[in-house]
Amino acid sequence: MTLDRPPTGSRAAAADRPTGQPAGRTLLEARDLVVNYPMRRGVVGAMRREPQQYVRAVDGVSLTVAKGEMLALVGESGCGKTTTARAVLRMLEPAAGTLRFGGEDITHLPAKALRHLRRRMQLIYQDPYESLDPRFRVRATMEEPLAIHGVGDRAERRQRTRDALERAGLAPPDLYLDRYPHELSGGQRQRVAIAAGLVLEPELLVADEPASMLDVSVRAGVLALLTRLRQEADLGILMITHDFSTAAHFADRIAVMYLGRIVEEGPARTVVNAPAHPYTRALLSAVPPRNPRERRIPQILKGEPPDPTAIPSGCRFHPRCPLVQEQCPTIDPALRPVPSSGPDGGRHRAACVLV
Amino acid sequence: MSLLEVRDLHVWFDLGHDRELHAVQGVDLALDQGERVGLVGESGCGKTTTILAVMGLLPPNASVAGEVLLDGENVLRRGEETVVAHRWTDLAMVFQGAMNALNPVKTVGWQLREPMELHGVASGAKAAARARELLGLVGLPASAADRYPHEFSGGMRQRATIAMALACDPKVLLADEPTTALDVMVQAQILQLLVELTERLGLTLLLVTHDLPVVAQLCQRAAVMYAGAVAEVGPIDQLYHQPRHPYTRLLFAATPDIYGEDDVQWIRGAPPRLDRPIPGCPFQPRCDRAFEPCPTERPQLQVVGPAHHAACHLNDLDSEVQPSAGAGSRA
Amino acid sequence: MSAVLPETGLGAEGVGPRPSAAGFMRQLFRERPSALAGGMLLLLFLLVALLSKWIEPYPINAQVGPVFGPPSASHWLGLDDSGYDMTSLLIEGTKVSLIVGFAATLVSMVIGGGVGIAAGYFGGGVDTALMRVTDYFLVIPDIPLMIVLAALFGSSLFNIVLVIGIILWTGTARVVRAQVKSVRQRVYVERAASLGAGHLRLIVRHILPQVAPLLIANTVLTVAVAIFDETALSFLGLGDPTKVTWGSIIEHAFDRSAISVGAWWTLVPAGLCVSVLTIGCYLLGQAIEDTLNPRLKVAHLSTRGFRLRPLVGTGRQTL
Repeated sequence: MTLDRPPTGSRAAAADRPTGQPAGRTLLEARDLVVNYPMRRGVVGAMRREPQQYVRAVDGVSLTVAKGEMLALVGESGCGKTTTARAVLRMLEPAAGTLRFGGEDITHLPAKALRHLRRRMQLIYQDPYESLDPRFRVRATMEEPLAIHGVGDRAERRQRTRDALERAGLAPPDLYLDRYPHELSGGQRQRVAIAAGLVLEPELLVADEPASMLDVSVRAGVLALLTRLRQEADLGILMITHDFSTAAHFADRIAVMYLGRIVEEGPARTVVNAPAHPYTRALLSAVPPRNPRERRIPQILKGEPPDPTAIPSGCRFHPRCPLVQEQCPTIDPALRPVPSSGPDGGRHRAACVLV
Repeated sequence: MSLLEVRDLHVWFDLGHDRELHAVQGVDLALDQGERVGLVGESGCGKTTTILAVMGLLPPNASVAGEVLLDGENVLRRGEETVVAHRWTDLAMVFQGAMNALNPVKTVGWQLREPMELHGVASGAKAAARARELLGLVGLPASAADRYPHEFSGGMRQRATIAMALACDPKVLLADEPTTALDVMVQAQILQLLVELTERLGLTLLLVTHDLPVVAQLCQRAAVMYAGAVAEVGPIDQLYHQPRHPYTRLLFAATPDIYGEDDVQWIRGAPPRLDRPIPGCPFQPRCDRAFEPCPTERPQLQVVGPAHHAACHLNDLDSEVQPSAGAGSRA
Repeated sequence: MSAVLPETGLGAEGVGPRPSAAGFMRQLFRERPSALAGGMLLLLFLLVALLSKWIEPYPINAQVGPVFGPPSASHWLGLDDSGYDMTSLLIEGTKVSLIVGFAATLVSMVIGGGVGIAAGYFGGGVDTALMRVTDYFLVIPDIPLMIVLAALFGSSLFNIVLVIGIILWTGTARVVRAQVKSVRQRVYVERAASLGAGHLRLIVRHILPQVAPLLIANTVLTVAVAIFDETALSFLGLGDPTKVTWGSIIEHAFDRSAISVGAWWTLVPAGLCVSVLTIGCYLLGQAIEDTLNPRLKVAHLSTRGFRLRPLVGTGRQTL
């Protein structure tokens, strides 16, 4: 019997939704995002009217972040994860695809409307010193977002500032309010940056490598803070990181990016313990274990690191894939459910013909 | 006899206005030929300053005390005078971020030949041949000699800096965070390269890093530094399974393991300032096991196992009270 | 995947320079005594100018002694060709020269600062257009342009100030543009922008504080050039004939054959004033610039020699 009508019913609807989260909980939804960077033409090129060429930094990325969930976007440098984060925040305009936030289509929102949007999504930067104005005391840094958006009067701003500092683990707030960034440790500065992001009570936090520039002994503190925030405040968090171990421990779900595409995604533990895509497997094998008795032989991929200006045909990973099949140079696989991941397999997907 | 021995090394930096930073506070290290030893610690602990002192590359506002013995001879005996004979020919270093500090207007080959010519190791055709040899040693094609640094990826540039450090055939390679800025896949390749070099050339490696898993996989022994001094030193297996200093244990616990299910720990507080004398144990304010003697008496390195030393008063107690990092201890 | 930042504890006083004006001044004068010298000189001239009305011993347009009278107890700097007291003339000249210098500098700062900020902040087409205009003004030689403009618009003090201001703004514009461009790219500026901050807030609250110190150093140096330019204009006979400035004093001396008479006191003190003020401005300005430029003092890896200390304290067991 052939199906000549589109499937209906709750099961079909669930299959249609990428994550299987109840509909009301989806905070951010990106579908087939494409972001291009213009390549430099130079004066001569412009004069000769050469066609403007683009680098597809993000080439068809779909992801969702639900309320109270942390999605980690993992990948090597140049894979497009940072660009994806910026596109999601509408700091860049996508060339194609759609972006929905809280159900609203924000893909091509004009600048004015974006300002209102910015209250609801905040970005935490990687470098906690560079992201705080060195001439602003903590108080000024915290009150600035409130002043920009005209929130509350003096007293209310003071109160919100103190609350945010406490939520970020900087208590008592009075100890920190009058400090300059250079008087604080790296971990404290990052907490200030997070607190400054919380003061507008956003719904989504995008954290770009939030702990990678902090000392090891301090990292978990900041990451645990993010975890607590997503539980207490039902915040959705999109975390960009190159560190698989961090993603495995703190994120709910992981999406692995390669050359502008998501090649695997699913619950964090599942992706780490049962990776379905050869790239994920190779990446995981290269992470050195901290136990000296564990010896892991890293699977070194052949070939050069990926170059977004020269994307291979078919499956873009095929030149380096240890399991490359005949059809791989011609077929560009979409993300498909990994059957071996059990009934919850609808949530674990990989873009590989072998799945 | 050890190939390289550091004895009671102290480094002070003059900060002006009668203030001094005691960056390295009595460090002892010993490396046997062919060994790979890790020097681990977080930022500000003095690990980079230590190896810069070994190379004699500290700035003019630094003063050094102690000895650095290469094959029994103190290379710091008369300061720059005695060090210069060994720099690059016996002791070589790969600096932090070196892959971004290659000369952009000189070919890789030229940059390989330069140290050889400057140190009288080889010149002309001989140097060119050796340059090609070095490139092969680090896994770069011979054609790389005629290319410029910007034509290479980060990993390949790092290989080039390692080749440059090996140009004069040194006995000891000091590497400062050689893989920190690299992707994990490239990191694995560089680490593999370092293992090959030590095994093939009999090179001795002192690896300075904050990345514990790298040390766990690469090194046979490691010294953990905190606040300018060595907190614990011993076989890497012991440091992980039987740490005898709370900082070592906590540092491992703060490093997430990809497959492990334990909670990742963190340590509250920050390292002490090094421009004032520290009474007692420098780690005490942050330690979860501090007790009576810790705030007032500075612990000295003592033997706690075969080739295993730790500076902690807990080791004075008779009972074995310290859990290991691998057992998922809670802070 | 970049360098890890050092941890410093709460309660650690900042080891870097505190970003406050008072702290900066203290650091400046402590590290660069030349700044102190320059500052004092500038202050001296300012005081003289401010108190001119009260300290001029004689009226400046009345004959109070013999023509070309030499310096004496009652006339410290002698008298000029009309028997006017040189000391009084010099004090008056200080006042007017400084007024012109500061006013012209103000004009130049406003134009140059505005152009620099706009070019550096907006970049792109605005930057290109503004910079071409700047280049145009830069390329034209100063003195001939001043001569032409002064000849065209007449030589009132107001016009002189404008003319000099128009010459000088280009230097400021370039310096400001470079700094604004660099600060514009800093992460905290981008962050404020992504929060929704408008152009005005970004410029005033985030960029200007970083640009201001450099602007101040530039201002001090510009004052010296402005005063020199005024002196040159007056010397060439294009200054305001009704006002006494250092330049007009020198011009008079030359015109009225003071040199052939040997009356050096009508010429040299005014020239000295210009030189000394310029030196003072440069000392202060350069010191400010250098202090703002911490890169120059960073200790690098060096083979020039660390120092060895004798080992004191307990010798310890080697491992």
